Amino acid sequence: MNIQTHIEETVMPVPSASPTPIIEVRDTQVFYGEKQAIIDVNVEIEPNAVTAFIGPSGCGKSTLLRCLNRMNDVIPICRVEGSITLAGQDIYAPEVDVVALRQKVGMVFQKPNPFPKSIFENVAYGPKINGLTKHKLEMEEIVETSLKRAGLWEEVKDRLDQPGTGLSGGQQQRLCIARAIAVQPKVILMDEPCSALDPIATATVETLIDELREKYTIIIVTHSMQQAARVSQKTAFFHLGELVEFGTTEQIFSAPRQERTQNYITGRIG
Amino acid sequence: MTDTVDIRIPARSPRHRSERRFRLYGMAAIAVSLGFLALMVGSIVLRGTGAFQQAFVNIEINLPANKIDPDGTGDPLVIKKSRFGSLVKKAMRERFPEAKSRKEKRQLYKLISATAEYGVRDTVVANPKLVGTRASLWVRASSDVDMFLKGNISAEVAEDQRRVSDLQLGWIKDLHDKGQIEKRFNTQFFTSGDSREPEQAGILGAIIGSALTLLVCFLFSFPTGVLSAVYLEEFAHKGRINRIIEVNINNLAAVPSIVFGLLGLAIFLNVFGFPRSTPLVGGMVLALMTLPTIIIASRASLRAVPPSIREAAFGLGASKVQTTFHHVVPLAMPGMLTGSIIGMAQALGETAPLLMIGMVAFIVDLPGGVTEAATALPVQIFLWADSPERGFLEKTSAAIFVLLIFLVLMNLIAIVLRRRLETRW
Ligand SMILES: Nc1ncnc2c1ncn2[C@@H]1O[C@H](COP(=O)(O)OP(=O)(O)OP(=O)(O)O)[C@@H](O)[C@H]1O
Ligand SMILES: [Mg+2]
Repeated sequence: MNIQTHIEETVMPVPSASPTPIIEVRDTQVFYGEKQAIIDVNVEIEPNAVTAFIGPSGCGKSTLLRCLNRMNDVIPICRVEGSITLAGQDIYAPEVDVVALRQKVGMVFQKPNPFPKSIFENVAYGPKINGLTKHKLEMEEIVETSLKRAGLWEEVKDRLDQPGTGLSGGQQQRLCIARAIAVQPKVILMDEPCSALDPIATATVETLIDELREKYTIIIVTHSMQQAARVSQKTAFFHLGELVEFGTTEQIFSAPRQERTQNYITGRIG
Repeated sequence: MTDTVDIRIPARSPRHRSERRFRLYGMAAIAVSLGFLALMVGSIVLRGTGAFQQAFVNIEINLPANKIDPDGTGDPLVIKKSRFGSLVKKAMRERFPEAKSRKEKRQLYKLISATAEYGVRDTVVANPKLVGTRASLWVRASSDVDMFLKGNISAEVAEDQRRVSDLQLGWIKDLHDKGQIEKRFNTQFFTSGDSREPEQAGILGAIIGSALTLLVCFLFSFPTGVLSAVYLEEFAHKGRINRIIEVNINNLAAVPSIVFGLLGLAIFLNVFGFPRSTPLVGGMVLALMTLPTIIIASRASLRAVPPSIREAAFGLGASKVQTTFHHVVPLAMPGMLTGSIIGMAQALGETAPLLMIGMVAFIVDLPGGVTEAATALPVQIFLWADSPERGFLEKTSAAIFVLLIFLVLMNLIAIVLRRRLETRW
């Protein structure tokens, strides 16, 4: 396949029956130095839904995800072009406060990365630095609700003062989700949140994601087709830096319009 | 499928042989280095332990009230001013009345230390009731007598070749037979400063000097080193300039220490006019020297903090400064502290730069602050090693011994700190 055909096949505007998108990615290119990792991507993320990014390794899923809360800023050679808006505001505009943006768009990483501090401090850190509260009681409340929402409260309520790094992998990942929830974000980005977890922990986290959808918009990168099918309402398929196809999960998995999508979900590329 | 599977070590495989040979070489190398270490420590301990003992002579001494404290005030200041020297000499003459001529008397006085009168003085000041009595006191023997008792001077040698005359030998024998001379633990070695008399010289002045110097060194180099490392590692753009700085810091760590001494002489003393020979300047010079070590160690431990921790903090909306100081620096702190203590330990053993800034002076008083002239442990060793008197030889070894103990202690602290503070992921 040559590049020309790629581009012709690529853009598939989604029929706009859906509610006003919370995040809009328009004509976005991302470069690492000379190398282009994202080519002309357009995506609209629906609020209070789970959107899955799928695609073979190295196709730019993580790159695009990290653009959405400007985590790429810390990579000096990374350059973003085009426009990405959150609730109508361009997040790359000069007047934007990255810190405030990241508070609105939280992130959960592939490898659980709790701070080597107590469980309580892990959850309380975000609210503390963002000045959500100064009172001890309020803070305890925030920690409790966040842990409850992350489905971890029952397991850790008696040992909040113990290190978060002492939990099991699945618990650590839920702790990281609780930590992200605690700053009251609008959007939660998850980069392969279950790839380091066993099937049981994965199932717990997946249930959790489904519940979280009510209050938050979730974008999840995953390598597992089943996971995408189970948890997401929308799916975007990327290949070699391009968005090949974007639609409802049902449609992508049952009736892909693009040959490459078809090949990928049936396991022929990747 | 029943292939024979042989997984035993083949009897004469060259690979196996070479492996064993290599292990032997390695063990031999370790044995050699351990041997040298044992030799060094052994010889220092053997030669140095003598210095922890000192010969004392028992004398019956008259302490007449009219000479010491005529008005009966009991005032230490009055007592201090009296001339105990003549009293001590008188006591010696009474003990050995056979010494008649001036020459013989001089030899007699040389049995005890020239500083013996201060020992008597301090005893009397501490216990004024002794005034007006005849007391039996132990006074410090002279270095030559001390050396003789420790077997460092042989009686076999011809009289004109040894520092103890036949006459003195007789007296010593007499004292010895009556139990009036004995070796005791030399507390003075740990409680006083340097002295011209080997039997009187102590190491406390040098220890205090070293401690003050290291304190200054730490106060200057630790904050500067850690902040530089944090800035270079976390904030500075990782471009060519950063790399050039890194290379230069590495080079700086390899600069001979005497060069730092010259720098200190030229800048701290001649330009800024700081006081010579003081722990302040010594510490600053050593700080220049330790700085690269601390920066390198700190950068390494910052680099060892997993990036996922930084990402986690950024993802929660922490700013660069918050991420660095709430998470990264605390996690890197054990490594930074360990590096600093090892740098300090190096600084403790440094001599050359201190010589350059004049910390090599002969100083009797214990230094009372960082701006008072002082000497340091390695310089004290250098000074004593340079002295011709036999008595200073064992002091030198003893001082090395003390220095080594401090070095080992510091390294132990570094290890314990690392163990204690280390985060287990
Ligand atoms: N920090 C970086 N510096 C340079 N190139 C990078 C960097 N991060 C990613 N890339 C490149 O960008 C492209 C997209 O990478 P990205 O991590 O987004 O892929 P991905 O889809 O998340 O893959 P995976 O499924 O393996 O996580 C890759 O070709 C990768 O080599
Ligand atoms: Mg990825």
